Amino acid sequence: MNFDPRYSGRNFTSVGTRPIRPDGVDKVTGRARYGADFNMAGQLVGRVLRSPHAHATIRKIDTSKAEKLPGVKAVITAADLPDLTDGDAAMYDILDNCMARTKALYDGHAVAAVAAVDARTARQALKLIVVDYEVLPHVTDVDEAMKHHAPLINDAIFTEGLEEKPVKPSNVTKRSQFGHGDVHQGFGHADFVVERSFKTEQTHQGYIEPHACVASVSSDGTADLWVCTQGHFVYRQHCAQLLGMEASKLRVTSSEIGGGFGGKTHVWAEPVALALSRKAGRPVKLVMTRDEVFRASGPTSATSIDIRIGARKDGTITAAEATLRYSCGPYAGSWAEIGAMTAFACYKLDNVKTVGYEVLVNRPKTAAYRAPSAPMAAFAVESAVDELAKEIGMDPVEFRIRNAAQEGTRSSYGPVYGPIGIGPTLEAARSHPHMKAPLGPNQGRGMACGFWFNFGGQTCTDLNIGMDGSVSLAVGTVDVGGSRASLSLVAAEELGIAYEHVKAIVADTSSLGYNDMTDGSRGTFSSSMATISAARNAIKILRERAAQMWDISVDDVVWEKGHAVARGEKHGNLGKLSLKEIAAASGKTGGPIAGHSELVADGAGVSFATHICDIEVDPETGATRVIRYTVVQDAGKAVHPTYVEGQYQGGAAQGIGWALNEEYIYGKDGRLQNPGFLDYRIPVCSDLPMIDTQILEIPNPNHPYGVRGVGETSIVPPLAAIANAVSNAAGVRMTHIPMSPPRILAAIEAERGG
Amino acid sequence: MAGIAVSATINGDSVEYLCQPDETLLDVLRDRLGLTGAKEGCGTGDCGACSVILDNRLVCSCLVLGAEAEGRRVETVEGMAHGDKLHPLQQKFLEHAALQCGICTPGFLIAAKDLLAKNPDPTEEEIRFGLAGNLCRCTGYDKIVRAVQDAATVMKGA
Ligand code: FES
Ligand code: FES
Repeated sequence: MNFDPRYSGRNFTSVGTRPIRPDGVDKVTGRARYGADFNMAGQLVGRVLRSPHAHATIRKIDTSKAEKLPGVKAVITAADLPDLTDGDAAMYDILDNCMARTKALYDGHAVAAVAAVDARTARQALKLIVVDYEVLPHVTDVDEAMKHHAPLINDAIFTEGLEEKPVKPSNVTKRSQFGHGDVHQGFGHADFVVERSFKTEQTHQGYIEPHACVASVSSDGTADLWVCTQGHFVYRQHCAQLLGMEASKLRVTSSEIGGGFGGKTHVWAEPVALALSRKAGRPVKLVMTRDEVFRASGPTSATSIDIRIGARKDGTITAAEATLRYSCGPYAGSWAEIGAMTAFACYKLDNVKTVGYEVLVNRPKTAAYRAPSAPMAAFAVESAVDELAKEIGMDPVEFRIRNAAQEGTRSSYGPVYGPIGIGPTLEAARSHPHMKAPLGPNQGRGMACGFWFNFGGQTCTDLNIGMDGSVSLAVGTVDVGGSRASLSLVAAEELGIAYEHVKAIVADTSSLGYNDMTDGSRGTFSSSMATISAARNAIKILRERAAQMWDISVDDVVWEKGHAVARGEKHGNLGKLSLKEIAAASGKTGGPIAGHSELVADGAGVSFATHICDIEVDPETGATRVIRYTVVQDAGKAVHPTYVEGQYQGGAAQGIGWALNEEYIYGKDGRLQNPGFLDYRIPVCSDLPMIDTQILEIPNPNHPYGVRGVGETSIVPPLAAIANAVSNAAGVRMTHIPMSPPRILAAIEAERGG
Repeated sequence: MAGIAVSATINGDSVEYLCQPDETLLDVLRDRLGLTGAKEGCGTGDCGACSVILDNRLVCSCLVLGAEAEGRRVETVEGMAHGDKLHPLQQKFLEHAALQCGICTPGFLIAAKDLLAKNPDPTEEEIRFGLAGNLCRCTGYDKIVRAVQDAATVMKGA
């Protein structure tokens, strides 16, 4: 039977309730095991030596002294991780990022690693490694890196996507362009035009759990890796490829994960730990320090964006244009391209053009961070949209409603939308009580919209029915924030049994077929689709078994509310058989009952949100306080509404940190000056108010229950919403994120002085 | 190197261990005693994931030496429940979904326990400032604050 993923309306019993998650008790009692909580007998401690230079040629590495230190069992450099990538440029970059080859490309770039009997010996060994660097000129700013005289980070890079092939290498790896219509003509019809430039600084995902793994390579060539990751199947592929192993010989178990937000979708320390273990012949545990997490993992792009939008007096946008420059770290990426796709996705535009430039800088390799690239583009666009509304004299919400994309709109990045939630979130925001809450002195209100694509992807799920009627659900998408609860709800819903009888686990790479990462807000969307499909396959077998028990044709058996029911007059006296009864008899009717599903989840369904916030600005110090915050977002269908709210609130809080405080600060020497939570300050409890949420449910037509991904969109609007609020409170347009007190004060003073 | 012999009371049990002079209490708990409930998020006293109560005082165990626990009482998240009966804070954290990834949860539970011991009826603001030493990157704190408020109500009634 082919699985039909299309939405069909239904009354839900389990889905939409708020039970306690299956992994909850372990997490409140300290029993849950995260990346660093696992140990193996005889394990060594791994540590990584990192470049103190932003850009340097590595002339020579002398490890001989470190090797002789008692207790040191292995020392590795790039020579121990030879290039096996066979022309695969993206994999080569991953390899080079794990262990620098000829050049160190940023402060924190790994150059060597040791495995020793304890942490102290490992630390001592690092000090005994002598690296001969030739320091090169560096560049960390995205605009500086684009200039002609900027230090070249990779002289083999020639800008792709230009009409003429360039003759000189450049730090710009690619130009991309999206849009339709004729912006030149569009601006000709505009009565008002707003044109502005914006900048955003680099931020880190800031997960509280540092990267951690235990690697164990056996002499027979098999290996085990225990690791905190958003995608253990992808880690297996990458590690196996980089180490020249067969993927099937590497078993990867994903631990509980202490936050990822995109930052745990990339291998960093894992290939190093495996290489150390291979060389030492013993298990190796490698845990990053917080300093290493900041210097060598994450972060997001720093950006520089120009926006131009024109509108008629009646409030119709006639043309919109954006140029977006995103830093990628020292390796090619597609970050500006994503920014260019998302920038104007909320609007219905006849004439739109966006151009993205990917820019190399001497900073860590950019990693995905929750709706990667979208928040910065939204900041620039939504700030300009607000300003334009003001110039026209329209309410910013009305102006957006007037121009909002609808079902059938051709999006600025190409596809035509199905049913979407931008209009409804705006209308809900308009009538939200927050809009009428009184504002005090020095307080301003701001709002903004956000868009994210959402991903689907390859997914594999097993659903096993025990003889006692309990159901165990094995999924391959890592649970980053409660998805085991959501997926148990979905299995319970489909089978018609109680939530308590289902237990979902995340299976390792040897127990289940391949699964893509938990990224792109795909975890619950795609695994719930696979769970529904697996449950339907199990129901088919349950019906067959019931038919056998009754000795009637399976065509006369239907599945209703957790029971097989005989259909038709002639079976009127047969009654019902519960799942439990069928399971109990399974030993005599053909053995264990299970349902499997392997699919590519398509049609993840785009997602939109509108945020409203009130900010108070102290005009004397530039300090800010978040007074009220409201998130309105479309979830398609909220499987476990409490966790959906949690995603909305968490994304908003990260956005607030990004907007007001968080930034990578580099010194003139190209070194990161704030690699710790003291100086890279993420929001704490006393910085925030309660975060109000409103969940809209506009069913996704491509999912049986209408589910859309919910994890990422919530970080897209905050930068802009807060910038609009601060601008309204301070009476000056803010164009540089984060809006730290000195920046706000400088803007206020410039306005007063000018 | 010879270790330092330490006797301490951990979650009510007398415990003896050897540790090096540069080992933190967090290292001892996690690596020597197998109590991995306290987490290391930073190692510098900035995240609170390693929070424990040392003789009625909330501390970051990453900033305390293992040797300093000599003769003292240490309470960790592993000691909060009584048998299979969860502490009201643990129960309310579950009911309110005050955890997403859960890595910060042991630290928040210990910090909240300490807060409620000193102030059984805190205002929202007192909770927010009382827990400001603990970082959570997932939740935005909303559900954590509500869970603590709810637990305080339950504990007052008990
Ligand atoms: S690990 Fe102790 S405060 Fe962060
Ligand atoms: S729940 Fe993840 S850090 Fe708090």
